[in-house]
Amino acid sequence: MTVEAVTLPAVLVPRDVHDAIVNHARFCTPQEACGLVAVDGAGQLRMAYCLTNIEASPTNYTLDPTEHYRAMRHAERHGWEIGAVFHSHVNSAAYPSQSDVAGALEPAWLYLIVSLRGAEPELRGFHIDHGTVTEAQLALPSAWHGRRANGT
Amino acid sequence: MALKVRLPTILRPYARGQSTVEAKGSTMREVIADLEDRYPGLGSQLLADDGNLHPFVNVFLGDEDIRYLDGLATAVGAGTELSIIPAVAGG
Repeated sequence: MTVEAVTLPAVLVPRDVHDAIVNHARFCTPQEACGLVAVDGAGQLRMAYCLTNIEASPTNYTLDPTEHYRAMRHAERHGWEIGAVFHSHVNSAAYPSQSDVAGALEPAWLYLIVSLRGAEPELRGFHIDHGTVTEAQLALPSAWHGRRANGT
Repeated sequence: MALKVRLPTILRPYARGQSTVEAKGSTMREVIADLEDRYPGLGSQLLADDGNLHPFVNVFLGDEDIRYLDGLATAVGAGTELSIIPAVAGG
């Protein structure tokens, strides 16, 4: 696995998308949570779909295929498409594991990982293209509004 | 019977980059064989060594997962749409 450091435009993460991901991750703990995110034609994240991890595992995930299909169709009905997948790392860093890299089949997708290891959830995003991991800059809701998540 | 087949990104190189292709057959197995004839390598990507649907491949006929129908023996009607969705997994 190689890691490349490049500068790309930040991906804005709307508060509802951010909160849906974090809340789903917390709800599913100690299992890994997972889901999909729809993007619009401009590449903006529009909706998070919180799906079932059919592995019900603290270390692995597989999206429920029927829920995946329904999310895809829902996105299409709104003129969007699936452009990101998210999952949680319950006890490890918000960074792609070997199995994340091996299972990444969509180079155009954003792979979002939320770590619950620390006192506060940490959300990071990556593009994974044939084994090459590139971190995407995320603009999280707290940054948008010029304040930290704890209100300071 | 002709039907529309939606392909995921990873399979599009087998179909000259197309996201949707057409295929014919009266059952899912025939449709996959037809895909293989039209786009060599595509159909075989969907099947495991034992000839069954690959466990990491999900195929929806209309809104139904064919695993919950009759698998590869599922009858295919004209005008129906097929969606191939690879399993999304990691750790």
